[in-house]
Amino acid sequence: MSAQVPDAGAAVAGGVPAVAVEGLSRHFGSLKAVHEVTFAVRAGSRHAVIGPNGAGKSTLFALIAGALPATAGRVRLHGDDVTSLAEHARARRGLVRTFQHSSLFLSATARENVLLAVQRRHGVQGSPWRAVGRRRALLEEADEVLGQLHLLDRAGAAAGALSHGERRQLEVAVALATSPSVLLLDEPAAGMSPADTHAFQQIVLGLPQEVTVLLVEHDLDLVFGVADTVTVLHLGEHLITGEPAQVRASEAVQQAYLGAEDTSDLFLEEGP
Amino acid sequence: MSALQVRRSLLVGLVAFGLLMVPWVFGAFTVSTFTRALVFAVLAMAVNLLTGVAGMPTLGQAAYFGVGAYAGALVSIHWSELGVVQLVVATLAGVVAAVLTGPLAIRGRGVAFLMITLAIGEIGHSAAGRLDAVTGGTDGLSGIRPVVVLPGSEGLVNEGLIYYYVLVVAVLAYLGVGVLLRSPFGLTLRGLRDNEARLRAVGYRTDAYALGAYVYAGGLAALAGSLWASSQRFVAPGDMGFEIAALALLAVIVGGVGSMWGACLGAALVVFTRDYFGQIVSGHAPLLLGILFVLAVYLLPKGIAGGRAQWRSLFPAARAARTTGETT
Amino acid sequence: MTGWFNAHFVSMVDGVAYGLLLFTLAVGLSLVFGMMDVLNLAHGTLYLAGAYAAYALSDGSWLGLVIALAVGLVVGLVGGGLLAAAVAPLQGRGHLDQAALTLGISLIAAEVMVMLFGAEVLPTAPPAALGGSVSLLGHTYPVYRLAFIGIAAVLAALVYLAFERSSVGALVRATVADRDMVRAMGVDTRKVLFGVFGFGAALAAVGGVLGAPIIAPGPGIDERVLVLSLVVVVIGGLGSVRGALLGALLIGQVQTLGVALVPSYAPFLLFGAMLLVLALRPQGLFAPGRA
Repeated sequence: MSAQVPDAGAAVAGGVPAVAVEGLSRHFGSLKAVHEVTFAVRAGSRHAVIGPNGAGKSTLFALIAGALPATAGRVRLHGDDVTSLAEHARARRGLVRTFQHSSLFLSATARENVLLAVQRRHGVQGSPWRAVGRRRALLEEADEVLGQLHLLDRAGAAAGALSHGERRQLEVAVALATSPSVLLLDEPAAGMSPADTHAFQQIVLGLPQEVTVLLVEHDLDLVFGVADTVTVLHLGEHLITGEPAQVRASEAVQQAYLGAEDTSDLFLEEGP
Repeated sequence: MSALQVRRSLLVGLVAFGLLMVPWVFGAFTVSTFTRALVFAVLAMAVNLLTGVAGMPTLGQAAYFGVGAYAGALVSIHWSELGVVQLVVATLAGVVAAVLTGPLAIRGRGVAFLMITLAIGEIGHSAAGRLDAVTGGTDGLSGIRPVVVLPGSEGLVNEGLIYYYVLVVAVLAYLGVGVLLRSPFGLTLRGLRDNEARLRAVGYRTDAYALGAYVYAGGLAALAGSLWASSQRFVAPGDMGFEIAALALLAVIVGGVGSMWGACLGAALVVFTRDYFGQIVSGHAPLLLGILFVLAVYLLPKGIAGGRAQWRSLFPAARAARTTGETT
Repeated sequence: MTGWFNAHFVSMVDGVAYGLLLFTLAVGLSLVFGMMDVLNLAHGTLYLAGAYAAYALSDGSWLGLVIALAVGLVVGLVGGGLLAAAVAPLQGRGHLDQAALTLGISLIAAEVMVMLFGAEVLPTAPPAALGGSVSLLGHTYPVYRLAFIGIAAVLAALVYLAFERSSVGALVRATVADRDMVRAMGVDTRKVLFGVFGFGAALAAVGGVLGAPIIAPGPGIDERVLVLSLVVVVIGGLGSVRGALLGALLIGQVQTLGVALVPSYAPFLLFGAMLLVLALRPQGLFAPGRA
């Protein structure tokens, strides 16, 4: 088994990778949505997964997050095999996702949204009473995360009343409040205006260095604005993993995008 | 103290005073209707905890209400007249029943959950009618002794005293639910209602909290059942039937889904409509209830507790008068 | 084996009649829920209205039955239209409000019917020509039930074919599978709501007219048939005609053959069967879209 699957960890310098995907597959009947994908995400990196439409990005994301069971292969988190763990169990180990379309607790305030994550991390989410001292500590922590994402002045507003951009910020805040070691971002720029995307880019760049960020994204401006490593998927298979410059230069990648008639802005250098 | 706090304390004081005065103002029948309304309010809170707070609409709480009623009645008949003992045993019985049946119920959400709880309720109802040795079958269980509050004191037979007994327990239950709602667990349940998938992604094993809510609501409904047994001193299978479950759910809808004081008010409205005004128009209680529900759905879409805006829109004249008053 | 079959033959045929009757009720409930997401708790009221129409109008002659059927059809169409109009303003407000509203309407209607017809159960005689019994494999069996099985089977087949084969049926199925898509295609879903509501209601009321000699009208019958058809719908899967048919036939057998086999567990059979199905498949036996 291990002889057939390349050891992704060995390929990366700098110790155990934060996330390692080994021969990961997900087939829907005869459709091979993701097929024997192998790559590693270095701890502390800003790693993006891109690919033309239908490349299997969303399926790969669901497999890593644990929202879909894999047909074959493994997912490792800091060297531990988490393939058989459910989504919530992976989240408890520090692998936390955001959602493509903001997925918040709409009737709760922004602060309560973050509080839900904070209280889970402290293991008090089932406590049937409110201890005053503990409550204060939880609130302080929630406000700290809100401050990080420039949402402190909106803390008391219901999530349903926030603007689209603010919801994206809160989306990240909720994930960040679980103090993840790996943050999975699912197409965060989907449906965003260029201005919003730019603001979001600043948020990602401002995330704590110790948090590994794995981003599955369609918008290449955002990808090349934040990522230090890029993986390209094509037709469910792994094409290349490398530094942004390396990926841009790759002929295989150009062909993949050309083949999909989606050369859009991959080869354009960022404007001023 | 802010003006809002002053107003709130005044309101709470007024409601408390009103509730305390009931036995001094009204006759025995009205007082006993108030007692039933209080019992129903506790049951409605249990239904609201699941339906309104955790987002799991239920038609099965009458089953746990019945378990509590029979447990309280059996304790009274065979063991102890002490109210505390009956309440504790009944609540535990409800908790045990909910722990046993809950894992099945929480397999579904939404309408599937509603139908599973309906089935649990109907099976409970049928079981109560057939386990003659324990429940007295369809004849019901009589011979419940008057409830004793303190060891050595007299049992309560006076309508007013029974009312006070039920009032004290109901207020304690209300405060207990209030504490729960403000706790981390309360926030977890609201999160469950708003977005279960996200809750899971943040690391919650959501089924565990759904079950937790189910068990808490089962215990609370059983507590209400014990109060029912003590106040009516008769328990029959009909007390855990579909009608009770549906009325409790409707009390929550009329009161305002998610609001505990709304649920209590809704329960009072339902009981008074059925037992009090129903008497006045010679037994057409279902007709009145039907009209109540239709009106509530159309005129107060968010229930009694759904905010002032919808009330104001009902009285456009008053609103117009007020705004002109403000501008001049 | 033949002995066992012989002993329970009548129960099984009864079960078929019962199941087909339930189908006429459940299919409307299921489609209205599956298509429009409306939980109509006044559905049993329509059966009861049809059954009272049969009681009041059928005098043992064929003409009486035809008049009763016509009246039932009109009552069903009008009732369905009124219900659709009543719930239309509640679109998007969730199942609870619809449940409260339709339950309220059914309570009001039940009281009105008690005022009109009294609080007794009113046994309704079938047309005189179908009043007798015949010998069926050595058992005496009421002719009317056999006739009912025949008519209801034709009705069920027509509904099934209309749903599976016609273009209107295709629209209905598409709406079950993806309402937004159908709306985006420019179909007026409100019209669809009225159409399906009227159709389901008319079927329930006609079921009431034909079923009155089997489940006689009386107070509480509306609630009883409502709960039975809810169980059928949940077992069969919401929004599925095939599911409603198979669920109805299954519950028919549970309620007749099951009760005959294990009489001491009779009260638990119906909901026990439902719990069993839901525990194994929370979406019902036939999830919508596959029918």
